[in-house]
Amino acid sequence: MVFLGGQVLPGNVGRAILGPFADQRAVDALNHSLGVDRPLLVQYGTWIWNFLHGDMGTSYIFRAPVAPFVIDALGNSLKLALIAFVLVVPIGILGGVIAALNLNRPLDRIISLGGLSVTVLPEFVTGIILILIFGVWLRWLPIAAAWPKGAGFFTQIYYLILPSLPLFLVLFGYIARMARSGMIEALDSDYTRTAVLKGLPWRTVIWRHVLRNALLPTITVIATQTGYLIGGLVVIETLFRYQGIGSLIFTAARGKDFPMLEAGILTIGIVYAVATLVADFLYSVLNPRIRLGAEQ
Amino acid sequence: MTDPRQATNALELKDLSVAYRVGRRDRAVLRNLNLTIKAGEAYGLVGESGCGKSTVALSVVRYLPRNGSITGGSIALDGKDVMKLDAEALRRARADSVSMVYQDPGKALNPSLRIGRQLTEIFELAGTTGQAAEDKALAMLNRVRISDPASVMQRYPHQLSGGMQQRVAIAMALANDPSMLILDEPTTGLDATVEAEVLDLIGQLRRELSASILFISHNLAVVSNMCDRVGVLYAGMLVEEGSTKDVFNDPRHPYTVALLRCLPRGGQRKDQGRLDTIPGFLPGIGATIVGCAFAERCALATERCRAEPPPLYELGDGRLSRCHYHDKAQSLPRATPAEIPAVAPKRAPPVLQVEGLNKTYASHGRPLRAVKDVSVSLRPGETLGLVGESGSGKTTFARLLLGLVPPDEGGSIELDGKKLAPRLASRSEDQVKAVQIVFQNPDSALNRSHSIRHILSRALKRLGGLSGKALDTRLEELVRSVRLTDRHLAVKPRQLSGGLKQRVAIARAFAGDPRIVVCDEPTSALDVSVQAAILNLLADLQSKQDVSYIFISHDLGVVRYLSDKIAVLYLGRIMEFGPSEAVFSGPHHPYTEALLSAVPKLDRSESARIRLDGEIPSAANPPTGCVFHTRCPRKIGAICETQEPELSEAEPGHTIRCHIPFAELARLQKPKTMEPA
Amino acid sequence: MSATDSPPLPAVPDAVAQRSPWGEVLHTLLRSPTFLTGLGILLFWVICALLGEHFVPYDPLDADIINTLAPPSADHWFGTDQLGRDVFSRVIVGSRDILTVAPLATILATIAGTALGLVIGYFRGIVDDIVSRVLEAFMAIPVVIIALLAIVALGTSKITVIVVIGLSFAPIIARTVRSAVLAERELDYVAAAKLRHEGALHTMFVEILPNVIPPILVETTVRLGYAIFAVATLSFMGFGIQPPSPDWGLSISSNYGMIGGGFWWTVLFDALAIASLVIGVNLVADGVHGAFND
Repeated sequence: MVFLGGQVLPGNVGRAILGPFADQRAVDALNHSLGVDRPLLVQYGTWIWNFLHGDMGTSYIFRAPVAPFVIDALGNSLKLALIAFVLVVPIGILGGVIAALNLNRPLDRIISLGGLSVTVLPEFVTGIILILIFGVWLRWLPIAAAWPKGAGFFTQIYYLILPSLPLFLVLFGYIARMARSGMIEALDSDYTRTAVLKGLPWRTVIWRHVLRNALLPTITVIATQTGYLIGGLVVIETLFRYQGIGSLIFTAARGKDFPMLEAGILTIGIVYAVATLVADFLYSVLNPRIRLGAEQ
Repeated sequence: MTDPRQATNALELKDLSVAYRVGRRDRAVLRNLNLTIKAGEAYGLVGESGCGKSTVALSVVRYLPRNGSITGGSIALDGKDVMKLDAEALRRARADSVSMVYQDPGKALNPSLRIGRQLTEIFELAGTTGQAAEDKALAMLNRVRISDPASVMQRYPHQLSGGMQQRVAIAMALANDPSMLILDEPTTGLDATVEAEVLDLIGQLRRELSASILFISHNLAVVSNMCDRVGVLYAGMLVEEGSTKDVFNDPRHPYTVALLRCLPRGGQRKDQGRLDTIPGFLPGIGATIVGCAFAERCALATERCRAEPPPLYELGDGRLSRCHYHDKAQSLPRATPAEIPAVAPKRAPPVLQVEGLNKTYASHGRPLRAVKDVSVSLRPGETLGLVGESGSGKTTFARLLLGLVPPDEGGSIELDGKKLAPRLASRSEDQVKAVQIVFQNPDSALNRSHSIRHILSRALKRLGGLSGKALDTRLEELVRSVRLTDRHLAVKPRQLSGGLKQRVAIARAFAGDPRIVVCDEPTSALDVSVQAAILNLLADLQSKQDVSYIFISHDLGVVRYLSDKIAVLYLGRIMEFGPSEAVFSGPHHPYTEALLSAVPKLDRSESARIRLDGEIPSAANPPTGCVFHTRCPRKIGAICETQEPELSEAEPGHTIRCHIPFAELARLQKPKTMEPA
Repeated sequence: MSATDSPPLPAVPDAVAQRSPWGEVLHTLLRSPTFLTGLGILLFWVICALLGEHFVPYDPLDADIINTLAPPSADHWFGTDQLGRDVFSRVIVGSRDILTVAPLATILATIAGTALGLVIGYFRGIVDDIVSRVLEAFMAIPVVIIALLAIVALGTSKITVIVVIGLSFAPIIARTVRSAVLAERELDYVAAAKLRHEGALHTMFVEILPNVIPPILVETTVRLGYAIFAVATLSFMGFGIQPPSPDWGLSISSNYGMIGGGFWWTVLFDALAIASLVIGVNLVADGVHGAFND
C-alpha cells in the first residue's frame, strides 16, 4: 500500500499535474521571451527546485516575488475551505446514514433528492440565492467575505459563513449520497445479517458492524472532492471578493501573470496530493484487508 | 440440565405463506407450509433453486429481504410464536435460542473485526466480559477443531481459508448454545475434502450438543448423511416428508422419484444408458397454481391432478406425500429413454497428445507453478475427466490447450499429430475451430447484448466458414441438435433459463465440428434435473460426432458418468492418470482415495472414511518432496518430504505418483469397496 | 448429424420472458416520477431555446434607457436590467446558448471518452497504466481551472468552450468506460470471441461495446448536468459565452455587483433558471441510473 502510494501520488503531483501545464508554460515562456534558450526540462527542473526552496518566481504584474501573495492567499482559502469541510463532512455523513436507515421512506426521499438538487447547482447560483436571502432581504450576514482589518477569530468566521455555504451545499449531496449507498450495501450484507442474528442490539449492530464498513469508501471520496472544492473556491472567492488562492489564479489568468498562475496551480496540486495521501493513509489504517493484505 | 423444552417441538411452521413484492405485486414463495422439527432432531429440507428453501430459514429468524413478507400462518420456536414477538423479545430469541449458518462464510464474517472480537461479543451479550469471554471464545474455537485458536482469534476473516471461515461461523452459531440451529447450504462452494471435514464436524457437534437442526441443501446426498428426517420442497410446498432412509430409498412422490433418477449413481456410465430428466420448468415465483404444482411435469398426471390440489396424504410411519397417486409414484415412466445406440470402440490414433506441459505465473514476485509437467493423451470420441480441488490447475490446463494462455517453453501439444502453436493467434483456422469450450457459467459465456441467432450465426460464420443459405440450413440443424427450437433464436440469453442457455453455449462450441471440446464445470451452476439433460446431450453429441471431451468437474459422480479416462490433479501435478474404471475402482493414489471418500453418498454406504487434515497448500509455495505429504493419510516417512515421486505405471495405461508401491497400495486399500455417489 | 437418427427426445419448451432488457428499462423510466419531472423541465427549456424568441414580449437585446432597473411590474414581469432590457424575455431566450454548448461538449466528451476507455480497458498493459495515471492526474484539477487556462491560451469562443469542456470531461467518461470494459473482458464471451479468431476491433465494438452502453448512458446524462454547470460557471467568470448573449451566467455576472443595492430581480430569475435546468437534467440522470440499476 505504501509502495503503491509512493508510486501513484508523486506521479500525481509532480509529473502529471504539472505535465499538462509544462507545455502551456513553454508557450508562455516563449511569448515573454524568458529563458527560451534553455531546454524545457531544465527550465522545469529549476523551477520546481526553486519552488521547493520557497522561490516561486516574480510576478509580471506586481513586479514582486510571487511567494508572499500565494502564501497569504492559501491561508485565506484554507480558512474558507476548512469551515466548509468541518461542517460538511459530519453533516453529509449523518445525512447519508439517516437516509439509509430510513430507506425509501419520506425522510430518505427528502435527503436524497434535496442533496442531489443542491449538489448539482453551480456555486455562484447558490451563492447568489443565499446572498439575496441572508444578505439582502434578511440582512443577517455580510455579503462580502473581506472582514475589517484586525478582526478577531469569531468575526472572521462570521464573515465566512455565507461564502462557505455554497461549498457546503455542493459537497453535502455528494458525501451524503456516498454515505447512503455505502450504508445500504453494508446493511444488506451477510455480516450485518450475522450480527443481527447473534441477537446484538440494533445500536451495536450499527455502530460496531455497519458504520465502519459502510463509511470506508466515503473517506476516499471525500479526499477526491478536494479538487472540486478548489474549483469552487475560484468562483466563490470571485463572487464574495475574497483574497484566496482561487481569486489569485483567476486574476493571474486574466492578467496573463504566468509565474503567479503556475505557482498558484502547483500549490493546489500539492494540497490535493496531501489530501489524497491523508485519505489513503486513513483508509489503510481503517481497512484491515489492506493493512494486513500481504500476510496471507 | 433440565430442559422444559424437551416436551415441545423445536420448530413448528403452520400454514406458513411468504410472498416477495416484485413490481407492485405480491408473489407467493411459500404456500401454506407445514413443518415440524422435534427437539434434538436433524431435519433436512431439499429442493431445487427457487423452491423457497432459504426463505424458510429467513422466515424463522424473521430476516426476510425488504420486499418479503409473511402473508399467513405461524412460526413457533420452542412453542413461542415468533411472529408475535416485539423487537426486544425477537432480539432475545436470536441471542438465546436460534442460530444460523449460511453459504459463503467469507461474506458472513465482518471484514474489519478480528475473529476474537466477533466471538466475544456473543458472550458479552450473555453477561460474560473481559478475559472470561476470551476464554470462552477460545474454547469455542477448540470445539470446532481449529488448531492454534489463539492466533486465529487475532486474525481478520480474509486471513483464513474458506473452510476455516466456515468453522468460525459455526463456532459463532453455537456460542449461545442454541436450541435450534439452521444450516443453509453450509458447505456449498467449499472444496470436496474441506466439505467432508465440515460435514464431519457438524455430525460430531450434533452428538455433543442438544440443538435441533434444520439443514437446507440442494444436495440430496449431503442431507441424507446429516439428517433423521427430510422434507422435499417444490414450488414453496412440501411435497414429501419422511425418515431420510424411507424418502430416498422408497420415494412416494413423482418429483422425488424423478429427482433421484437424475443423479448418476452407483458408478453409472454414459454407455450404460441415459440419465432420466424432468421435463419442463419449476413454476415461477408467484405463479398461480391450480391442482398439483408438479402436474405439468409429471407423466402420471391425470385430469384430477390438474384440477384438484392434492393434500398431504399421511402414509403412516410419519410419511407424507402430496400426490393423489402416491402409491404409484415409483411407476413414473422415464422422461428420457435410457437406451442409447451402441458405439463400437475404435482404436484410432490419439487426437490429442500433451507432453510435459508447464505453466508458471508470477505471484508477488514468486513463481507459481499452476501446471507442472502434465502429459496426457486422448483418442477421438473419448472423454478425459479432470478432477481436483481449487488450485489444482485444471482450469489453467484447459486454457493452455485452448491457447488462451501460452504455456512455458518446452512442453508440446499435438492435435492429430500436428503441433499446436502455444498462442491462439498463431494457430491456423482449422486448429482454432477444432478445440472449443463450454464454459461453466452461460451468463458469462454468452454475450447478453446479442440474440441467440446472432451468437450462433457468428460462430457458424467464423468457425464453420458458412454464409447465406448454407449457414441458415446449418443453423437450423445445430439448433435442433441441442434440442432448441426456432422460437429460441430471436431472444437474448437473459430471456432463457440456465439450462437453455447452456444448450446455446454447447451449440456454439459445436458450430465448427470440433475435434475436442473442453467442458469446464458445465453443469455446476445448474439444478440436478437440468444437469442430467445437459449430460445426456453431451453424451449424445459425442456418440454421434466422435468428438473428444476434456471434462472438468468437482462432482465425481458426473465425471465418472462421462469419462473414459481420468486425470487427478493436485497443485498443478497429475497425481494419477488412467482409464476411468481403473482410477475409480482402485487401487488408487491416496489423494484419489481421499477425494472419493469425501463424496457424500445417498445410501450412507460408507465403509471407511479417509479424511484429510489441514489446508490445501498454496501453489505459490508448494510443500517439498511429494506435494501431497502435508495432508497424506498414508505418508510413509521422510522420503515423502524430501523427494518428489515419479509418475510410474501401475498397470498398463494407469499411472500413479506415489512412493508407495502399487501392490502395497492395493493391499492397504483392499478391505473396502468404494463407489462414488 | 441429421434429425432422423436422433432419438425421440422432446424439444425443450421455451421459457421466454416477456419483455426484452431494453423494453424493461423504458418501462421503468416511464413510471419513474423523478425521470418524468426532469424530462418535463428539460423539455420546457429546450422549447424556450428553440421557439422562445417568437413568443417573448420584448427583444431580449433591446435596451430601453428610460426604463432601467425597473422592478417587476405588469409590463415587465421580471423587471428590467441596467440597460432597461426586459429580464423575462432574456431569461426565456437565455437558455439557447447554454443548451447548444453544453450538449455538444457532452457529446464530444462521450465519443472521445468512450473510444479512449474502450482501447485502454481492452488492451490494458503499459498504455493503460500511463494513460490512466495521466487521466487520474487530469481529473484532480478542477474543470474550471483547466478551462480557465485553456481559454486564456486559446481565446474565448463557443468552440473553445465546447472543446475545453468536452476534453476535460472525456477522461471521466473514459474512466467509467474503462472500468466497465475491464469487468467485461474477464467474461467468457470475450474468450469465446478469441476462440473464433475475432479481431480486436470486432471484439471491442461488436462484443463489448453494446454491454457497456448502460454505464455510458448514465455517465453521459450525469455529465450533461455538469457541462451545464461548467458552462454557466465559465460564463459567469467571463470565460464562457460572450456578450451580447442573454445567457444566464453572463447576465448574473454583469448584474451581481449591484446586488447590495437591492436590485434582486436582475439576478434572481437567471439564477433560478440555471437551477431548474441543472436540477431537471440531474433528475433525468437519476432516473436513467435507477432504471439501469434496478
